[in-house]
Amino acid sequence: MLLLSSICVFLVLRLVPGDPADAVAGQDATPERVAEVRVQLGLDKPVLQQYVNWLGDLARGDMGTSLRNGIPVSRLLKLSLPPTLELAFVAYIIALSIGIPLGVMAGANPRSFWDWLLSGYTLVTIGIPSFLSGILLLWLFGVILGWFPISGRVAFTDDPLSSLRHLALPAFALGAGLAAVLARYTRTAVAEVMGHDYIRTAKAKGLTQRVVVARHALRNSLIPIVTIAALQAGGIMAGAVVIEQVFTRPGMGRLVVEAIQNRDYMVVQSALIVLVTIFVMVNLAADIAYGFLDPRVRRR
Amino acid sequence: MTAQTYERVPAATWRKRKSQESMLFASIDRILRNPQGVIAISGLLLLAALAIGAGVITKYGATAQSYPGAARFLAPSLDHPFGTDELRRDLFARTLFGLRSSLVISISAVSIGATMGISAGFVAGYAGGWTERIMMRVVDSLLAFPGLLAAMAILTILGPGTRNVGIAVAFFNIPAFCRLSRAQMLSEKNKDYVFASQALGAGPIRIIFGHIARNALPPLLTQVSLAMNSAVLLSASLSFLGLGDKPPTPSLGGLLNSSKSNLRDAWWYAVCPGATLAFLLLCLNFMADAVNDAINPFARRRA
Repeated sequence: MLLLSSICVFLVLRLVPGDPADAVAGQDATPERVAEVRVQLGLDKPVLQQYVNWLGDLARGDMGTSLRNGIPVSRLLKLSLPPTLELAFVAYIIALSIGIPLGVMAGANPRSFWDWLLSGYTLVTIGIPSFLSGILLLWLFGVILGWFPISGRVAFTDDPLSSLRHLALPAFALGAGLAAVLARYTRTAVAEVMGHDYIRTAKAKGLTQRVVVARHALRNSLIPIVTIAALQAGGIMAGAVVIEQVFTRPGMGRLVVEAIQNRDYMVVQSALIVLVTIFVMVNLAADIAYGFLDPRVRRR
Repeated sequence: MTAQTYERVPAATWRKRKSQESMLFASIDRILRNPQGVIAISGLLLLAALAIGAGVITKYGATAQSYPGAARFLAPSLDHPFGTDELRRDLFARTLFGLRSSLVISISAVSIGATMGISAGFVAGYAGGWTERIMMRVVDSLLAFPGLLAAMAILTILGPGTRNVGIAVAFFNIPAFCRLSRAQMLSEKNKDYVFASQALGAGPIRIIFGHIARNALPPLLTQVSLAMNSAVLLSASLSFLGLGDKPPTPSLGGLLNSSKSNLRDAWWYAVCPGATLAFLLLCLNFMADAVNDAINPFARRRA
């Protein structure tokens, strides 16, 4: 799977019309200069060989150097990845801690206050993309109330409190939108399980609603919930890239956007493969988690 | 707690009912009887009218920098419904022109992406065998990408710009349409009418696009409205990141991006274009729900 997505990143960047060498050499470069750049980048070799070379370098941890300033891409990534991961992680926790409880309550009690709350919440978040809610949060809590800093990042190891204050708004903007999606799927999964006979049996045994939901319904609806939560990891990574621009945080977002504007495809290529790798790993973790969650999967 | 009851419709009855009516007319009728559908259609018509008539509705240009009496950061008023920005431009005009470009990009990107994806999916589904296997592998691996990242990869090579954002969005739409239309094709291609036209000597192209497409297309409409939604979102995100229109050309994402640094002086700068974008996305989402309900009325009742 990882290999497949590496092929994809590579092919997308190669097959799209437009020559990277043109992009690198600049707009008014002579044909000779373009040809020179092409040889320099190894673009004159057959596509398959280019791919194998790139993959070999990647395996050795060599991602090439930035076409713009000659800094090794691996160093750029080492600087940019932690802020993004930290944002994505906190946002993910926010999404899970809003989305799953809300979805469970709404699924277990259809047409209740919780169900109504979930519909309202979904309605609001559908129309508001994360970067818009980010700006609105920035305006309300950063500019008007002044509770949170409006930009930048502080490393957690330097000053944990200040670091979290910088993280709060972007992580909430990112997490809140994904929480709605998560809650909707959780609601469906729980509502479906609640219709089964064993739930009726559990209720007939005299168990309280809380025990029935927590011990019987939630456990049996975990598989679809974990699946969708893992798929959300891709959304979180992509969303973090955008949210970072709202709050002017350093990270993968700034790196990639600047690289695209400079058409620095060495950087974009490696940054994308890193993001996709994280996404694939999270989904792999979800696959492994199925075995722990459901004995039936383990036996198969 | 009442036990949930399910309506069970035997497949044969459902198929018979379906064939009794013209699916397209029946679907439009159902959308119009659905309150969500009515809100969506009227909202979208309103937005489309505003976008098309942008030049007539506002007396200001999208990029005109100064006119008599204008000042920086004027609060919303009758003269400037959305206020003015840091360069004394009318934000209402800029929002409308931004809305127009957003709609143009999304509509053209979705039509191109859908056409390519659907044709490829039909061919793969009809041909079967190795063609299908290879095409579906490619589609699966493309689907594994978060859309925004794929679009960014494309923009790296093409360079930023409106047209290129459109291409990136179109490209991002291909795999989903391909997958769905292949599934449609698989369920249609073994029906009797296909065998009948094969027996009459029709070639594959005529069968696919002349006969099967007519029956397989309506269910894909849901995907079209979903795709419109994500296309608007994606193009707004890209222009927010500064990868779309070059300033001074307005775009919804671009306006939000420049509003960011002026939040202290002008709340309307972020709120007005933002509300327009949110309203557009909400209408498109309602539309997708309504189309889905209309085409597949049983899915909703079961949920």
